[in-house]
Amino acid sequence: MAVSVTRDVPKGIAVAAVLALAFLPAARLPAFYESFLYLIFFWVSLSTSWALLSGFAGYFSLGHAAFFGVGVYTTAALTTKFEVPFLATVPMGAAMAALLAAGIGAVVFRLRRLRGELFALLTLAVTFVIATIVLNTPIDGGAGVFMSAVPLPELMSTQTATIYILGFAMCVLTVVTAWWVAHARLGMGLFAIHDDEDVAEAKGVPTFRYKIAAFALSAAIAGAVGSIHAMYVGFVTVAGTFELTVPLYVVLMSVLGGSRHWAGPAVGATVITALLYAFISGGEAILGRAIVGLILIVAILWLPDGIIPSAIAWLKKRRPAPVAVAPAAEIVPVAPARPVALSERTLVEIKGVTKRFGGLQALNGVDLTVREGEILGLVGPNGSGKTTLINVISGFYPLTSGTISVDGAEVGRAPAHQIARRGVARTYQIPRPFTNMTVLENVSLCATFGGPPRSRAEIRDEALHWIGFTGLSGKEDVLPAGLNLHERKFLELARALAARPKLLLLDEVLSGLNPHEVDNAIQLVRAIRAQGATIVFVEHLMRAVVELSDRVAVLNEGKLFALGAPREVMRDPRVVSIYLGKSYAA
Amino acid sequence: MPSATLLGQALISGVLAGGMYGLLALGLSLSWGLLRLVNLSHFALAFLAAYLTYELGTTYHVAPWWSAMVVVPAMFLIGLAQHWLFDRFKVNELASLLITFSFAVVLEVGIQLYWTADYRRFETHYSALSIKVGAFYIPVLELVLCLVAGVLAWGTWLWLRRTYVGKALRAAAEDAEIAAAYGIDHRKLAYLLSGMGAAYAGVAGTFIALIATLAPAQIWAWLGVVFAVVIIGRLGNPLGALLAGMLIGASESLAMAVFAPAWAPVVSFSVLIVILLWDPEWL
Repeated sequence: MAVSVTRDVPKGIAVAAVLALAFLPAARLPAFYESFLYLIFFWVSLSTSWALLSGFAGYFSLGHAAFFGVGVYTTAALTTKFEVPFLATVPMGAAMAALLAAGIGAVVFRLRRLRGELFALLTLAVTFVIATIVLNTPIDGGAGVFMSAVPLPELMSTQTATIYILGFAMCVLTVVTAWWVAHARLGMGLFAIHDDEDVAEAKGVPTFRYKIAAFALSAAIAGAVGSIHAMYVGFVTVAGTFELTVPLYVVLMSVLGGSRHWAGPAVGATVITALLYAFISGGEAILGRAIVGLILIVAILWLPDGIIPSAIAWLKKRRPAPVAVAPAAEIVPVAPARPVALSERTLVEIKGVTKRFGGLQALNGVDLTVREGEILGLVGPNGSGKTTLINVISGFYPLTSGTISVDGAEVGRAPAHQIARRGVARTYQIPRPFTNMTVLENVSLCATFGGPPRSRAEIRDEALHWIGFTGLSGKEDVLPAGLNLHERKFLELARALAARPKLLLLDEVLSGLNPHEVDNAIQLVRAIRAQGATIVFVEHLMRAVVELSDRVAVLNEGKLFALGAPREVMRDPRVVSIYLGKSYAA
Repeated sequence: MPSATLLGQALISGVLAGGMYGLLALGLSLSWGLLRLVNLSHFALAFLAAYLTYELGTTYHVAPWWSAMVVVPAMFLIGLAQHWLFDRFKVNELASLLITFSFAVVLEVGIQLYWTADYRRFETHYSALSIKVGAFYIPVLELVLCLVAGVLAWGTWLWLRRTYVGKALRAAAEDAEIAAAYGIDHRKLAYLLSGMGAAYAGVAGTFIALIATLAPAQIWAWLGVVFAVVIIGRLGNPLGALLAGMLIGASESLAMAVFAPAWAPVVSFSVLIVILLWDPEWL
């Protein structure tokens, strides 16, 4: 196997560094070094754990001190009052913190439209409440807790070395966890939540569960770090533990390093801790704080993405990717001519569906069946409920009443990600790609969460297949911002198709395209049907409706108004009158 | 259970102390609600103003109301300078929080280097004055503070509601692009508002100098509760901020009288959590 300079050298350095740090106590350096390095490990662990939820999924928490503090006081209380051995309290501190986070998450993540600042402030408020409770109950009582009588296990020759090695182990564990999450399904889902949570849910990401899992994991690490830190500080106080500077430093370190990258917070934490320490040891502790403050202002203004992502972008720019060999194919695979034999099997059954928004009746008792393999056009004047119908079938809105079944299973009240996994995929009228993911990553995500379980390689192949199918070859590594509207609409299609849907809901894929692009898109829709998908599409462009549909359903004022073969329905005077007014209907 | 007199006194002291929360919340609420900038350095600016008032008062024997004539406009200018930075870099809500935190740290260090970390107290002959009404004592300084806060809050509220500039500001807060399309120069208005927010911090600082004991670390002491007040009073609503401040002040004071002083912080944050969970659209 060839040695790659870009991949293997950093790996080698990392392994060497980990080994060197692990055996550092054997060098019997003055305790000063161990304690300085411990502080770096401490901040690396805290900021990396914070980024698991707040960096990856974008829910900024200002409550990290609460989880850290729960760990500190779990250990303080259990070791001093119940004489539990110190090491046994570390997992308990983690568990208590995780429990608290899961509890908070279970309440606040249920709120629809949970705004970022709201989450930040709620978690901050929780910190103050917990601090007050600890202060006023026998857990602390206001006097602080002395840890000096608590025996430390003799892992190493000295006390500082023992704490050093515990902090180091925690730090490695945290960074490895962050790396693992970033490369696992969980991380993929969290990144999607960061970019557009509604779309992530519609593509099959169980957003509620993922957020709680990330929050609990993040808190558990903070709790364990707190447990170890209780032994480091020796004297635990409420004011020192639930300090406002903990969440703020954690946020600043992560943002400085790059909170969306698994290694970003570690870099930021190392830089800031080292800087602060340099000033403290130079006798300029106070001035050092100010200089760190200034550096952060400059960094946030000029490097808003953080050090690591900016460095990666810079490296990429220096080594431009080889020019794509295959030019973007415009012609899609030729579809077999119609008609495809329609089966009589019902795929979707919509019965008495109503949807009310306050006083507005958007859908008012719609009954409709979609047969397997057909293309059903959904038309109607603006405000007639077409997009609302797409939104209730895909689970974006819960039903007010009625039932919807897909392939025999009732989905009317299921969360959107479960409906997606039952084989329902949709596109958005205004494309909503995940903006920080490349075209390939966008499509791969939808294949991962929407489709059947497959290996990584299979998912990649599948994604590449649909990228080629929609004529986006050569754009795999482009971010959505680099696509034009036409291409973004096709990316919407590629994402929907990668989930291998039984039912495909298309919301105005043709709007905004020029006549040539429309022809292209019509061909594409035919080709999709030839693959065996059933299609329901909302469209205003009558040419496309007539050319594509097997049947047309007309909605008006939230009710099914007419249903039948395209040409007959569109000639029906009643249909003409709702579109153009009564005088044209004669 | 404490006596009725004690509870009544606690209620009065609480409402008056809440006036300070309200006054500090005023500027924060405006910039957060109408400019979408979370300004953590608001507290540092208030303390800078307080230290300047203290310095002018103790070293040069300038009366605080004369100091305010210099200090408040100076804060207004600092607000403009800060906003230039936000405007130049198109700073969003979250980045504004981080930047102003850093700025507050820098100011805190500056204060500590000049005035040291020692506690400072600006003694005046009127600091302990109080009026006796029935069985209750009303401290004069706090009463004046509440009146000033009331005038500022009411005036700002009227200004936002009744004048063209105020309406333009609220329109720009909802959708800056559309507002710009209708000829509203929201950037100029944003400067004005940022300056005003900082000037309000200056007013608060004048009273902090007279009422509180000054220490650099005290900058952070009110942060939590004032943020709770800003949210409970609804962002961008000056009257709401003042009323919420008094509500929280009163409930804290009652909690102190009925339970124990240390339980006070739970009150504001529990109120906040309940409100936000009850109506997430509150913010």
